[in-house]
Amino acid sequence: MNSIEKNNAETKPLKLVLAGNPNCGKTTLFNQLTGSKQYVGNWPGVTVEKKEGKVKNNRGIDVTITDLPGIYSLSPYTPEEIVTRNCLLNDDPDVIIDIVDATNMERNLYLTTQLAELGRPIVIALNMIDILEKRGDKIDIDFLQKSLGIPVVGISASKNIGIDKLVDKVFEVASKGKYVEVKNIYSPETDRVLRDIEDALEAVKQSPYHRKRWTAVKLFEGDRVTWAHYNFTDVQKKHIDFHINEVKLAKNIDREMIIADERYKYICSITQKAVRRSKPVGCITFSDKIDSVVTNKYLALPVFLLTMLMVFFITFGPLGNLLRDGADWLINTWFAELVSNFLVSANAAEWAQSLVVDGVIGGVGAVVSFLPQIMLLFTLLSLLEDSGYMARAAFIMDKLLRLIGLSGKAFVPMLMGFGCTVPAVMATRTLENQKDKRLTILITPFMSCSAKMPVYLLFISAFFPDAGPFVIFGIYLLGMVVSVLTALLFKNTILKGKNAPFVMELPPYRMPSPKSLWLHVWDRLKDFLVRAGTVLVGATVLIWFLQRFDFGMHMVASADESILASVGVFIAPVFALCGFGDWRASVSLVTGLAAKESIVSTMSVLFSGTALSTVFTPLSAISFLVFVLLYTPCVAALSAISREMNSKKWTAFAVVYQLCVAWLASALVYQFGTLIMNIVG
Amino acid sequence: MCNFSFGIISLVFFVELCYYKLVKTNLSGDTMKTLDEIKIGEQGTVVRIGSSGALRRRIIDMGITPGAVVIKRKAAPFGDPIEINVRGYELSIRRSEAKEITLDSITKYKS
Repeated sequence: MNSIEKNNAETKPLKLVLAGNPNCGKTTLFNQLTGSKQYVGNWPGVTVEKKEGKVKNNRGIDVTITDLPGIYSLSPYTPEEIVTRNCLLNDDPDVIIDIVDATNMERNLYLTTQLAELGRPIVIALNMIDILEKRGDKIDIDFLQKSLGIPVVGISASKNIGIDKLVDKVFEVASKGKYVEVKNIYSPETDRVLRDIEDALEAVKQSPYHRKRWTAVKLFEGDRVTWAHYNFTDVQKKHIDFHINEVKLAKNIDREMIIADERYKYICSITQKAVRRSKPVGCITFSDKIDSVVTNKYLALPVFLLTMLMVFFITFGPLGNLLRDGADWLINTWFAELVSNFLVSANAAEWAQSLVVDGVIGGVGAVVSFLPQIMLLFTLLSLLEDSGYMARAAFIMDKLLRLIGLSGKAFVPMLMGFGCTVPAVMATRTLENQKDKRLTILITPFMSCSAKMPVYLLFISAFFPDAGPFVIFGIYLLGMVVSVLTALLFKNTILKGKNAPFVMELPPYRMPSPKSLWLHVWDRLKDFLVRAGTVLVGATVLIWFLQRFDFGMHMVASADESILASVGVFIAPVFALCGFGDWRASVSLVTGLAAKESIVSTMSVLFSGTALSTVFTPLSAISFLVFVLLYTPCVAALSAISREMNSKKWTAFAVVYQLCVAWLASALVYQFGTLIMNIVG
Repeated sequence: MCNFSFGIISLVFFVELCYYKLVKTNLSGDTMKTLDEIKIGEQGTVVRIGSSGALRRRIIDMGITPGAVVIKRKAAPFGDPIEINVRGYELSIRRSEAKEITLDSITKYKS
């Protein structure tokens, strides 16, 4: 080898992938390695698609790190398994970093035994050694790496322990680029048959050399994807089948089971020597103690309801109100005056003052003042997510959700829907079958997202200042009722089918780390600020303009003659039956399609100087809120829905369905309300 | 008449006894039960897994293989699903799925 070639090998960009079980800390490690800020939760399946990060190592080599979805096995059944498998097989990573949860070795190493057959160099990152130490358990890392034949580095991704050592190890392994086959996983009988299949494959010259063990195992298991991948002739097929049938099957045992069983036996033989537990397997842990209350037969439901009430009370009660009033004063009084004084002293034109103060600050400010409350709701939901409570909620609610044709897993996206519909819809990827997924996507937008909160609060402060919590609770409840009715309607009509299995891990409770909490909240905050800076400012400026000019581009004396009014008047009759056939209401609903917050910003521009009560009655305020609750979500959510539905037809159906339901419910509320008031009055 | 009904009842009882002895007993004489049937707080060793396809594979992948010890922890508030402990971690599984998992050496779990 000459020096140029050698040099190339050393500066060649590196491809690393992170693979491991769900909830083993992959994303936390990914964030540590790349310095990026992907969000992490404590329920299985937070990472649903692969994510890439690029860094340079100390020698200036470009390193691409891919974070794969968490999986338990490389079988081809769930979407995450397929994504991971394809990436590992097709991308040929230089090193696979296999993250193993040290507190759950047996099941985590099961995946390791499969990764080890892919023919790529592996480094095991033995994560959560800090928790292990706290429990008083010990792992003999030297023994572990000797018996597995794979380098093992003990780390704690969340505490940033051992990461440097891991990185060094990974580069060392990458520079050698050598793959070491793990031996002795299988019983001598199975091993002999696998070797025979490998030889048969060799003769066919179809399998890449370094992956022949993987291929042999998959063919032996009867993996349909692998069988379909190779175009064996009938003779070749017969030859391989002959070898496969050499293993005699006992009663109730099939070949998938033989492989899994022997993998687990191999792992047990190692962990028995490598792991020293301070307490026996299955003994009562701290998590079990929490669960003895949280998932207790009698206490589970009260605890669940109490938790939800607490979340609402903190967000909408005294604390939330205090924060909102503070922010409101800061922006709409202090900041607005500051800017207004500045503009006056700078002799700015009157229209410019109006644009900045009434348009931008008035519009965007009306929304931004709700930011603290939205952040509060998000922090609380993230606390529940990070602690591990979400999986328990799914466990508790599974039976109830099955009544409406869903599995308990659908509960996590539904709960997240109270925060933001976009991540909630994305979370439906963890649902294993198409029917469950579509049904969940259809009903998640009815879970009132936090962006709709400003609208409710605006109307409450104008019409029901004393009954705020009741109105809010009623609205949220209505959203849930509508989603249940929707599910019932579709479960027996267009989305019939078998229920998906519910074999779900209940992860140990973890103390949510402030850093991870901050990442959740920052994610949302950033999203909000970007929207406030682009969509909201743009919309308010546009609305301000359209409201002050007519089609001849002349400034109008009254907004009723503006362009906006003529457009609004055109839509308004649609909502006459709902009780808010005013053009300003219609226009704000249309801008609400861009972002729900802009309903408020539009209204505050359109109604500047006039009270809401000139257009709305308390009853039509309610019917308006009902419409806002139920109608089509914002464009960001719609694009998430269209991505996850993976069908134009279903996306269009969702939009039409939501519009119809919203209009119908709103009209019903208004018409029945009027009827009752007439009878009573 | 009374004798006759007594006869029927004892016959039914006898048949049931035979069924238990013959069908639900393995060769070593242990009684076999499904994971659904054992009581909360009991444990057993997996001998057989029914069902098929993705569900069966998922059960196996999660570490429920022949020889694995499974502890039944509790049932959810509405009686379903159940929580079990296998290979040192907690898993939730529906009763319909637990019916497919047969255990023997059933004893009370002592912590």
